[in-house]
Amino acid sequence: MSTTKMHAIQGVNAALHQAMAEDEKVLVLGEDIADPEGGGITGAAQGLSTKFGDRVRSTPISEQAIVGAAIGAAMAGYKPVAEIMLMNFTTVAMDMIFNHAAKLRFMSGGQTSVPIVIRTLTGAGWQTAGQHADHLEGWFAHAAGIKVVAPSSPADYKGLMLSCIQDPDPCIFIESAGTMFIPSEVDDDQGPIPLGKARIVQEGTDVTLVTWSSQCIRAQMALEGFAEAGVSVELIDLRTISPWDRETVLASAQKTGRVLIAHEAVRDFGPGAEIAATINEELFGKLKAPVRRLGAPKCPVPFAKALEDAYIVQPADMIAAVKGLMS
Amino acid sequence: MAKTPQKNQAAPSGKTAGQDDKGSAPSSDRLHGHTQVTDDAPGKPELYDASEDEMLEFYRQMLLIRRFEEKAGQLYGLGLIGGFCHLYIGQEAVAVGLQSALNGDLDSVITGYRDHGHMLAYGLDPKVIMAELTGRQAGISKGKGGSMHMFSVEHRFYGGHGIVGAQVPLGSGLAFAHKYRGDGGACLAYFGDGAANQGQVYEAFNMAELWKLPIIFAIENNQYAMGTSVNRSSAEDQMFRRGQSFRIPGIQVDGMDVLATRGAAELALEHVRGGNGPIILELKTYRYRGHSMSDPAKYRSREEVQEMREKSDPIERLKAKMIADGHSEDDLKKIDKEIRGIVSDAADFAESSPEPDLDELHTDVLVESY
Ligand SMILES: Cc1ncc(C[n+]2csc(CCOP(=O)(O)OP(=O)(O)O)c2C)c(N)n1
Ligand SMILES: [Mg+2]
Repeated sequence: MSTTKMHAIQGVNAALHQAMAEDEKVLVLGEDIADPEGGGITGAAQGLSTKFGDRVRSTPISEQAIVGAAIGAAMAGYKPVAEIMLMNFTTVAMDMIFNHAAKLRFMSGGQTSVPIVIRTLTGAGWQTAGQHADHLEGWFAHAAGIKVVAPSSPADYKGLMLSCIQDPDPCIFIESAGTMFIPSEVDDDQGPIPLGKARIVQEGTDVTLVTWSSQCIRAQMALEGFAEAGVSVELIDLRTISPWDRETVLASAQKTGRVLIAHEAVRDFGPGAEIAATINEELFGKLKAPVRRLGAPKCPVPFAKALEDAYIVQPADMIAAVKGLMS
Repeated sequence: MAKTPQKNQAAPSGKTAGQDDKGSAPSSDRLHGHTQVTDDAPGKPELYDASEDEMLEFYRQMLLIRRFEEKAGQLYGLGLIGGFCHLYIGQEAVAVGLQSALNGDLDSVITGYRDHGHMLAYGLDPKVIMAELTGRQAGISKGKGGSMHMFSVEHRFYGGHGIVGAQVPLGSGLAFAHKYRGDGGACLAYFGDGAANQGQVYEAFNMAELWKLPIIFAIENNQYAMGTSVNRSSAEDQMFRRGQSFRIPGIQVDGMDVLATRGAAELALEHVRGGNGPIILELKTYRYRGHSMSDPAKYRSREEVQEMREKSDPIERLKAKMIADGHSEDDLKKIDKEIRGIVSDAADFAESSPEPDLDELHTDVLVESY
């Protein structure tokens, strides 16, 4: 089987090209995404407007109208993929996402559906400070009626994007800067990867480490450290935050008896709390240690490099926490 | 007899061919001397009749911004500044012209992320601005906000905001405070041509006119919003008309001419201080550099930028006028030298002062640390 080495964003680009070619109902819109404007802030939409013409629209800086128009077109039978340049700007469109995209199917008694994808970039580590780097997956995962996807590998970026576009319900697709610079081989015929299914990155027996997005990349940077500490870590990339793969996580937790959850979002009230609570409910008495969580402190993403480095959960923090779980 | 005031009389709008058309590419010819006003505007602004000292001060301030930003660009290239860094080069005449007209003890200012120039035009110490850019404890926001989030509440400068358009409703609140306190002050709220397409801007317009708030909506139309040119994103690209359905008058001036921006500011301030409600000032300007430091700028030609620099540069234009007025070139050179010194001191300070303590993650989040 032939493969191509690519970055995460090239995976998204390949998925968009493929989906637009396969289904003329797929539309793409967002700020600066047409080719004259550069194909989007990361270039994920490059080539689309040249190839698919007015199915691809650069928009004004009007997030509420972007998501609203996507929802409206979706109710009328199209499959819009909207880019909200950065995740913090989804807050400007929160009413459209939370009150409309997520609820229209239910409130209309199943008459309407909103098969949109909202692609959005985020991630700390680039000193973009308090209004440009938040990981808000917990906000969206808290809503019923919406799926939240946050891949870490180029193959998953492609396969999960294909699934999100095909999915009959609204999906938030989080592209985190921390996942973007590690190219890997992707099958040329990489197809859709099911939503709601985790990926076991490395099998292990002592500690289950649940991560996603940028923290799965940082966890992989810690693998050597775990090995040096003599701890066998089972690393899980959750891939979909909502609905999450309880089966895989619980099976692993039962096997190892020790669980660490690490995410880039703020720790307090973050998605890790939901996962930890579920593990406690399901496996109480079978655990060898309390479930531990690592996440950002409860403060806005800081600008200064030193502060930002301390804000982000680093591989060394994971190694320390894993050792702590063993002692 | 209906007593609804008819603000928008159906008088001819005084359009000049070429000026008012949508869709033409930016060019310096379209900027110079072109002033347009809506029919309900309080008048046509005049070029400001500056004294020799005032002109020198404008020159000094614009040059300070220019050299400061060039230095920031260099420090960025050296890795001493990180994150998004939006330079103000080319737009100096806007902040300097407008802010020089304010009452520094009274009026308030708010803007977006392209905020270094506005801070400098306020006479704030370049050292603490540069130290914010390098993320140091001595920075004006203690290194917590960075390039996009500068604040000086002491000077009633309320940021430095990263969500496009958000400063406009915030500015209405500042103006509300002026009016409610009855302090006679006004708010100057800057935003871009791209920000003018945010819905919240229009919510703020309506409220500001409804409550007759003393606010100047200053649209810095630098012709681009990141990679999108104004006429590819705006159904009405004559930004000074954007308040018409709210009965907010508008004025469009050459934003590359500091005497024009100052003149427009005088008229606008008189209007808002007179209890007449808000006004829109559209300053037609141009940014020479990329949107931020990481912009390959493929959406416009080099020639376009070159033409603007050669024909419209706000600093060169003022300099030419001053020399024509008999000012000695040596004098201006002296200013240039002095400013290079100030900027290099600011850079030294910003490079050598300490980084914030890690405990700062937990302070200023709420009043108490936790
Ligand atoms: C709500 C929101 N959407 C998108 C962005 C990303 N963004 C930052 S600046 C910018 C362009 C703004 O252009 P304009 O208002 O013309 O100001 P300029 O940068 O030209 O000064 C965009 C799209 C943002 N910061 N906030
Ligand atoms: Mg602009």
